Amino acid sequence: MIEEAIHPKDIYLRSDRFPHIWCPGCGLGIVLKSYVDAISKLDIPLDHHVLVSGIGCTARLPGYANVDSYHTTHGRAIPFATGLKIVNPELQVTVISGDGDLFNIGGNHIIHAARRNMDILVVCVNNFNYGMTGGQHGATTPEGARTSTTPYGNIEHSFNLPYIMASLGASYVARWTSLHVRQLTKSIMKAMKMKGFSFIEVISPCPPNFGKYNKFNDGLSQMEFFYENSVLDNNADLSEAYIDFSGKRPLIVGEFVQRIRPSYIELERDLIKRAMEEP
Amino acid sequence: MNKKLIKPGNYFMNGNFACAEAALIAGMNFYAGYPITPSSEIMERLSYRLPQVGGHFIEMEDEIASMAAIVGASNAGAKAMTATSGPGFSLMQENIGLAVITETPVVIVDEMRGGPSTGLPTRVGQGDVMQAMWGTHGDHEAIAYAPSSVQEMFDLTIKAFNTAEKYRNPVIVLTDQVIGHMSERLLVKNYEEYEVIEREIRKFPDPIGKVHDFSIDYVPMVIAGKGFHYNIDSLTHDEMGYPSNDPKIEEMMVRHLVEKIRKNEDNIVEYKEYLTDDAEVLIIAYGITARSSIEAIRKLREKGIRAGMLRPITLWPIPKRKIERLSEKIHIIFVPEINFGQYSHAIREHTKVPVKEIHFPPGAVPDPKIIIRNIEGDAT
Ligand SMILES: Cc1ncc(C[n+]2csc(CCOP(=O)(O)OP(=O)(O)O)c2C)c(N)n1
Ligand code: SF4
Ligand SMILES: [Mg+2]
Repeated sequence: MIEEAIHPKDIYLRSDRFPHIWCPGCGLGIVLKSYVDAISKLDIPLDHHVLVSGIGCTARLPGYANVDSYHTTHGRAIPFATGLKIVNPELQVTVISGDGDLFNIGGNHIIHAARRNMDILVVCVNNFNYGMTGGQHGATTPEGARTSTTPYGNIEHSFNLPYIMASLGASYVARWTSLHVRQLTKSIMKAMKMKGFSFIEVISPCPPNFGKYNKFNDGLSQMEFFYENSVLDNNADLSEAYIDFSGKRPLIVGEFVQRIRPSYIELERDLIKRAMEEP
Repeated sequence: MNKKLIKPGNYFMNGNFACAEAALIAGMNFYAGYPITPSSEIMERLSYRLPQVGGHFIEMEDEIASMAAIVGASNAGAKAMTATSGPGFSLMQENIGLAVITETPVVIVDEMRGGPSTGLPTRVGQGDVMQAMWGTHGDHEAIAYAPSSVQEMFDLTIKAFNTAEKYRNPVIVLTDQVIGHMSERLLVKNYEEYEVIEREIRKFPDPIGKVHDFSIDYVPMVIAGKGFHYNIDSLTHDEMGYPSNDPKIEEMMVRHLVEKIRKNEDNIVEYKEYLTDDAEVLIIAYGITARSSIEAIRKLREKGIRAGMLRPITLWPIPKRKIERLSEKIHIIFVPEINFGQYSHAIREHTKVPVKEIHFPPGAVPDPKIIIRNIEGDAT
């Protein structure tokens, strides 16, 4: 009898859910791998890990990981995660969702979670468009880029995510591309150990949508672009860290912010203690 | 019970404070909200009171966030609530649907004011009645209580938490600006006299072996961090919680969501009758309008018109069997509402007698004289 081989990482995956729904060349599988590697190496019990997402291709990622997972409504993963975390701070609550989900429809929530220094980790997979609905433009689409709703080129200025997050007081801010697998894994591990709000942007290819419209014909050609243009600079001036695909400016990656600031959960527990002790 | 709960006794209190104190007796330990008139005193009171009993209070960035946060909190095991008024209630609708599809117990207080849009922030309305039923998209059933006094605001808030737990569904306390802001007598009974349903929480491993069971009305909830590693999904899902495109799965899931309420309608529905025994003319009124109607009935009876009232306490589910039975002996139904005709539409579905609407524009408590004039004009 031939026994089916079990991969050591299988316990972290819902193997019955594969094959996944993602396209060939999509960067999302790499993000899943990094998440799984990170939780397998950390000493946090598997039962304490919770994944929360909104809606989109990225938001399907929690459905493949063998942890408690919540696939919520479009844009609302962060307030949902906020409720979970406040009630049970023992949980390691990680939000993995798309750029559109977190910064367009859910933009209001992420800025407030960062401001509050809410004790959650947010991993934003930035593919510069709404992958799930067919590649429309959003707040992260670089100026000039073509998408299914910017056929003449995007005339809007785009968000520079690490710059926004750092300015709001997040405890941890990093950016990687789907090429930086080891760095991303380490970053997730480090962020999970931080108190307060942690943010990791992962630049990721979306060949059939953003790629197709912007001369990246397959996942590989966009990965080559990341390879040629990424510059590691942990001390970067974040105001200069916005992204375009002209090839004229570096794609700045790194761990930009690591700071200790009282977190929401710490402050709230202290508030409750004070209120309960009042005569 | 916690010594910091409101002490049993008699109080003179407004509806909003009564609601906040009742929620604490029901065991509510997570509140998320965004300020809006006329409900803000609920959150102000709770910002002070919840930490005293070890509970969590958070003022969110908007009502969308508030609603999402209470669904999240409930999935971590909390009894969770938010309170709002029309504009905020509109923003909550999508995530009320999330609570429905994930079968998450939560309580939403909506204090109706004049609308549409920003409308009349400080004045009474009853224009959210249909929204409470059909505000969130897709097939579902709704449960909404309509208190008509400060006492009921208190008692029904406790009941709303129990009903939410029993049916694993969002429950709405659908009240109005007047009930929220007026002060009147409130009796708080000894704690033992209040039924408080605690959530049964599943422990891993359990013989159920799946997160949902569409074949039975109630299966205890799985909450985060207990070792199950289940997926909870806003997409149509199977009993394992996994998303599915299969119309058969959609049918099983939606049928379950709808039937768990429909089959138990007789246990959920509540109403009060006032002088219906000999009535020929029936008023159906709820909330503050029911109080104007009692005054109108008294005067009508003095004039020899045998009027009575059915006051639905659950607007949803509608007390349809009661309406059907009463319709056998009365000839006409009047429905005064602070809107241009909403609940009247639902009533018509359950009666063969004529249903006359009495429209009160938002802004004031209905004047009993107008109710009387309408009834005298039509009933005689
Ligand atoms: C309220 C609402 N509006 C619109 C949609 C449709 N929708 C689904 S996913 C999505 C965009 C997702 O984009 P992003 O978050 O960047 O995820 P990606 O698919 O690119 O990973 C949209 C607009 C929805 N589900 N809900
Ligand atoms: S559409 Fe884009 S983001 Fe979605 S799975 Fe395909 S490649 Fe990935
Ligand atoms: Mg995207």
